Amino acid sequence: MAGIIAFGEVREGEVKKSSWEVVTAARQIADVLGCEVHALLLGGPGFADAAQELARYGADAIFVAEDESLGHYGPARYTSVVVDFIREQGCKVAVFPASALGKDLAPRVAARLGLGYAGECTGLAVEADGLVATRPKYAGKLFAKVGFEKAPAIVSIRANVFTPQEKPAAGEVRSLSIDGESGGLDAVVREIRASAGEKLDVGEASIVVSGGRGLRDPENFKLIEELADALGGAVGASRAVVDAGWRPHAEQVGQTGKTVSPQLYFAVGISGAIQHLAGMRTARYIVAINKDPDAPIFKVADYGIVGDLFEVVPRLTEEIRKLRG
Amino acid sequence: MKSVVCVKRVPDTEARIRIGDDGRSVDPSGVKFILNPYDEFAVEAALKHKEAGEGEVVVLSVGSAESVDVLRTSLALGADEALLLTTTQSAEGLAVAEAIAAELKERKFDLILFGMKAIDDDLQAVGAMVAELLDLPSATVVTEFSVEDGKVTAHREIEGGTEVVEVPLPCVLTITKGAYEPRYASLKGIMAAKRKPLTEKEAHLGLSHTIESALEYPPERQAGRIVGEGSDAVPELVRLLREEANVI
Ligand SMILES: Cc1cc2nc3c(=O)[nH]c(=O)nc-3n(C[C@H](O)[C@H](O)[C@H](O)COP(=O)(O)OP(=O)(O)OC[C@H]3O[C@@H](n4cnc5c(N)ncnc54)[C@H](O)[C@@H]3O)c2cc1C
Ligand SMILES: Nc1ncnc2c1ncn2[C@@H]1O[C@H](COP(=O)(O)O)[C@@H](O)[C@H]1O
Repeated sequence: MAGIIAFGEVREGEVKKSSWEVVTAARQIADVLGCEVHALLLGGPGFADAAQELARYGADAIFVAEDESLGHYGPARYTSVVVDFIREQGCKVAVFPASALGKDLAPRVAARLGLGYAGECTGLAVEADGLVATRPKYAGKLFAKVGFEKAPAIVSIRANVFTPQEKPAAGEVRSLSIDGESGGLDAVVREIRASAGEKLDVGEASIVVSGGRGLRDPENFKLIEELADALGGAVGASRAVVDAGWRPHAEQVGQTGKTVSPQLYFAVGISGAIQHLAGMRTARYIVAINKDPDAPIFKVADYGIVGDLFEVVPRLTEEIRKLRG
Repeated sequence: MKSVVCVKRVPDTEARIRIGDDGRSVDPSGVKFILNPYDEFAVEAALKHKEAGEGEVVVLSVGSAESVDVLRTSLALGADEALLLTTTQSAEGLAVAEAIAAELKERKFDLILFGMKAIDDDLQAVGAMVAELLDLPSATVVTEFSVEDGKVTAHREIEGGTEVVEVPLPCVLTITKGAYEPRYASLKGIMAAKRKPLTEKEAHLGLSHTIESALEYPPERQAGRIVGEGSDAVPELVRLLREEANVI
C-alpha cells in the first residue's frame, strides 16, 4: 500500500535532526491512514549507517541513495532522484523539511509532478478528502487550511513544530540504485563557507536570543551571543540592527526576515513592531527585556523584565551558566 | 544581457490583515499595497547588472489590473518594459508558475529573477517551480551574484553559512536581502516610466492544485506578567523558565 514518504536531509555526511521531525510528522499521518512511512535520504557515500536511527521515530523502511553526484545539493539532480522514487513507490503524501534545501527541492518536485505544494506547514491532519495542511501566511498574521486536488500532496514542515517522538518501527536500511544520468543542467556547488563560529541557525534553533536597537552598538551584541551560548541557542536580530549593518540578514527575525517558532524566544532591546512580532509570535514562550514598560513587546511576552538590558542580560547569563554547571 | 524580473503586489507590512466575510479570503479594504520587498531586491539586482554592461530589464506580474502599480514602480526604478498577465482569480504557487512559464517559453532571457518569497502567501516556491517548468538550472535565496563567461556565480544563504554555486545561463535566481540595497525612484524616473511600454494580456493561469478552505487568526497571545524590574528580577525569571515553563 502506498505510504508516506519522509525526506531526510543529509549534510556533509550527517543526517540532520530535522529528519527526526519529518519522520515524526509522517508517522502521525501514516497512523491515521494505516500505511507505512518510507524515509528517503540522498547524499555522498558513507552516511547509510547513520540513517538507521530514523527507525526509532517510526520509519518502516529507510531508502538511501549514496552517490558522489549527491554529495552536494544540486536542484535538478535531487529532483530527478526524488521524482523517480515517488513515481516508482507511489505515495499519499511526501514530507520535506522547510530548510534551505527542502524549500528549494519540494517546489521543484511538485512542479515536475504537477502536484499541489504547501510550504512551512505547522499542522497536518487527515480529513475525509485527504490531507489538510495548516500553514502560516502574512508571516503568521493568518493561518490557512490547505487541501489538495489530488494525491500525493507535497508539503514541507517548519522546524521545531513537530517535536520528535520515539515510535520504533522495523526501519531496515535499503540502498536505492539511482539513474546515473538524470538531472540535466544544474547548479554546481563550488564552496561552502560556514559563518563565523559554526553558529546555530535562527530558523532551526529551539532557543533564540534576539537583540535590537536597544543594544546601542554592534560591539554590545557580545552580550546577546553570550546569553545564547549559555542557553545553547541561536542569535537573532531586529531589522533595525540588520539595516544598520550590525548583524547579517540571515539573523533577521520578522516579516522580511525569518519566521521562527522556537520553544523559547528572548527579545532584548526590541520594541516589538508589527513586522517583528509577525516573525516570532508563534514561539512557545516569549521573554522580553526592555527599559520601556510601555513597549509593545510586553503585550505578547509571557515573561517580562522592565529594566536596563546592560544590567539584566549579564546577570541572566551568569544565572543560566550556574544552572547549567 | 536580457533579464526578466517577476514582481508581485502585496499588502504593506504594516497592514492589519483581516479575514473577509467568506472566511477564506483577505479583506482588501483599507489595506495599502506595495511592491513585494524581496522583489525590490530582485529588481535592484537586475538593474545593477544591466548598468554594469549592456542589456534590458523586463518586469512581469500576474494579477488583477491593480498590479499595474507595482509595474509602474519598477519602471520608475529603471526597468525598460513591463508586462501584466491579467487574471481575476486569486492564484498562488504552481498555477502562477505555470502562467509565468507559459509566457517566458515564448521569449528569450538570460536571467529570470524572482524575490525569495512573496510576503503575503509566504510560499517561497514560485521561482523554483518556474525553473522546473522551463527546465532551467536555478539557485534560490541568493544574496549576491556575478555573471561571467556564460555562467552565474551566486552566493546562497543556507543554514549556518553561505553556499557558493555556479549556474550556467540562462537560469533562474531568487533574490534575498544581501548586496542589493533598493534605490528610490527619482522624479525623472517616474516621468520616464509613463512613456515606457506596458503591455497587458490575459494570463494562462494553470489549474489550482491546492484548495484553501479556510483562514484563521493565530491564537491571541495574552500579555503575560512582568516578573520584576532590573537585574533583581533575574533569579525569579530563571525559576519561572525552569519550573513553570519547563524550557531551560
Ligand atoms: C517593509 C518593512 C519590513 C520590515 N520587516 C521587519 C522584519 O522583518 N523584522 C523586524 O524586526 N523589523 C522589520 N521592520 C522594521 C520595524 O518596523 C521596526 O522598525 C524594527 O523592528 C525596530 O527594531 P528595534 O525594535 O530593534 O528598534 P526600536 O524600535 O528602536 O526599539 C528599541 C527598543 O530598545 C529599548 N531599549 C533601549 N535601550 C535599552 C536598554 N538600555 N535596555 C533595555 N531596553 C532598551 C527601547 O525601549 C525600545 O523599545 C520592517 C519595516 C518595514 C517598513
Ligand atoms: N502573481 C505573481 N506575479 C509575478 N510574480 C510572482 C507572483 N507570485 C509570486 N511571484 C514571484 O515569485 C516569488 C516567490 O513567490 P512565492 O513563491 O509566492 O513566495 C515572488 O517574490 C515573485 O518574484
